Amino acid sequence: MSEQKKDQTFLEVKDLKVEYFSDGQTVHAVNGVSLKIERGKTLGLVGETGAGKTTIAKSILRILPDVGAKVTEGKVYLDGQELFALPEQEMRKIRGNGISMIFQDPMTALNPVQTVGDQIAEVVRLHNAGSKESFEKRAREMLEMVGIPGDRYHEYPHQFSGGMKQRVVIAIALACNPGLLLADEPTTALDVTIQAQVLELIGELREKYNTAMLLITHDMGVVAQVCDEVAVIYAGRIIEYGSKEQIFDHPSHPYTIGLFGAIPSMKEDEEWLHPIEGLPPDPVNLPEGCAFHPRCPYATEECKKKPIEMYQTADGHQCRCCHMGAAKKGE
Amino acid sequence: MQPVIEVKGLKKYFPTPRGLLHAVDDVTLSIEKGKTLGVVGESGCGKSTLGRTIIHLQPPTGGQVLLNGNDITNIKGKELKAAREKMQIIFQDPYSSLDPRKTVDATIREPLVVSKRYKKNEIDNATAELMEFVGIDARLRMAYPHELDGGRRQRVGIARALALNPEFVVCDEPVSALDVSIQAQVLNLLKKLQQQKGLTYMFVTHDMSVVRHISDDICVMYLGQVVEKCSSKELFRNPLHPYTRALLSAIPSVDIHNPIKREILRGEITSPIDPKPGCRFAARCRFATEACFQPQKQEEVSPGHFVRCCRVDEL
Repeated sequence: MSEQKKDQTFLEVKDLKVEYFSDGQTVHAVNGVSLKIERGKTLGLVGETGAGKTTIAKSILRILPDVGAKVTEGKVYLDGQELFALPEQEMRKIRGNGISMIFQDPMTALNPVQTVGDQIAEVVRLHNAGSKESFEKRAREMLEMVGIPGDRYHEYPHQFSGGMKQRVVIAIALACNPGLLLADEPTTALDVTIQAQVLELIGELREKYNTAMLLITHDMGVVAQVCDEVAVIYAGRIIEYGSKEQIFDHPSHPYTIGLFGAIPSMKEDEEWLHPIEGLPPDPVNLPEGCAFHPRCPYATEECKKKPIEMYQTADGHQCRCCHMGAAKKGE
Repeated sequence: MQPVIEVKGLKKYFPTPRGLLHAVDDVTLSIEKGKTLGVVGESGCGKSTLGRTIIHLQPPTGGQVLLNGNDITNIKGKELKAAREKMQIIFQDPYSSLDPRKTVDATIREPLVVSKRYKKNEIDNATAELMEFVGIDARLRMAYPHELDGGRRQRVGIARALALNPEFVVCDEPVSALDVSIQAQVLNLLKKLQQQKGLTYMFVTHDMSVVRHISDDICVMYLGQVVEKCSSKELFRNPLHPYTRALLSAIPSVDIHNPIKREILRGEITSPIDPKPGCRFAARCRFATEACFQPQKQEEVSPGHFVRCCRVDEL
């Protein structure tokens, strides 16, 4: 039974804590994050600027800067293998092969002085034995797969539009059929009609190869379209975690409820929007207790004293709030 | 009623090594006092260029701009300076649109000083009032932009734009760089200011839910041309141009139980450099026929609803 369970979970992050150091101050970027993704499933990691989303992805890949950043606690398991325990050489074999990352900005993620074809072939060459021709062939296949004619192999990134560049980035990320894809705001820099194309493409490829995906975004609409599960993160902590249906139909944490409320509706006409008052906390100086309490309309003395634990309902919906009953009803 | 802004056949072309880039091509529109015209479209469609050309940040290639009925297309010197006080702009990126070496106070004060119409103590009072008006704490008066978060920086940009009591403000993607929770704060602020001061807005954005919320009328732009223009309600209830429909269907909806039927557009936006006559969307349009490659006229299909598509009646 437990053996079977282990098989389903492909990525597990356990109690991850990451700190940055600058100007003699400690920035508490990630403060005890645990999450799991099964093969073929997509987990959406949603939160605002500075919530720690990208830091989590970089920690998984172990590409945090050597100086000034430190994983202080936690473990990451990929298919049962503990990544933080691996020597750097082994980790290099996993990057681009077992785990790939799609970065937010396709304009800066590509090498401007190397042809797009060679950039795809490079990943294939690093992780596979074979001839130059076989690498090129694979690169051409990947280009075609993301909808770019193979004869544009020898062109440079500046000759491509934003949407096409992002498709090249996706081709690079998927060239070695990774088991896990870390997609960091993959469509944020793109226009909506191009975003729709790219999301469709990612969906198709994911289905074809049964890839697990961690999708980092701030766009609830993208989450609704792509994800199976959702984790909402605030100030480096997951404050709500559940299936897409649980989060969208029954948001329970006041922050999640606030996020949904702040989006202008496409259906109803409202004179005024409902912003979350105040600002996200300073990660150098996080408030005691629940980090959201200074902005929370339901906050009481209890919220200010001690860290709030994660409550879990019978069907697995998790929420880190001691007033979620009241928040849900909007009292 | 006389519109605050009237634009007639406005054109803005940029010379490039490969030919003329038609950034804005034959745009006609008008905005009445106290109203908001939303301009939507994807990157490179000319929406920002349109805003900047209207307020005379760059001279138009052709066409006319009227402010309160006066032709301001070719004015210069003193006249231009006077007209500019009435037309202001709020920029997209609050990180690059503020001078990093000026304090909040100095940034907001500058337009008042430049106008040379006010005494020192009047300027002091007006600056303090503006800060309060846009919701910046007085304690941040001497702060520099790098000490402020995006939402506050955008508030500084808004205060500066409103310093000389303009009538018309171009809001060029003012909330795109902000997180949703902060975006809602700034949108509410813009709306409050509009109601209190009777401002007229042109709101440039690529975000359909934002434009729906804030606009009275909407123009949809594609490659320098307005392809559809009508009231906000009408646009979302009855979109007619194939591009508008595709644009609306491409928005990821937060409604997980009623997914919209998506029309995925094939192909990329064609080049705006020396475009061929005919509908510029035709290359990506699944309804395109021979007739679409002839020059298209803008037609009023129902009162106040304009569409630039020769097949609009059949679709």
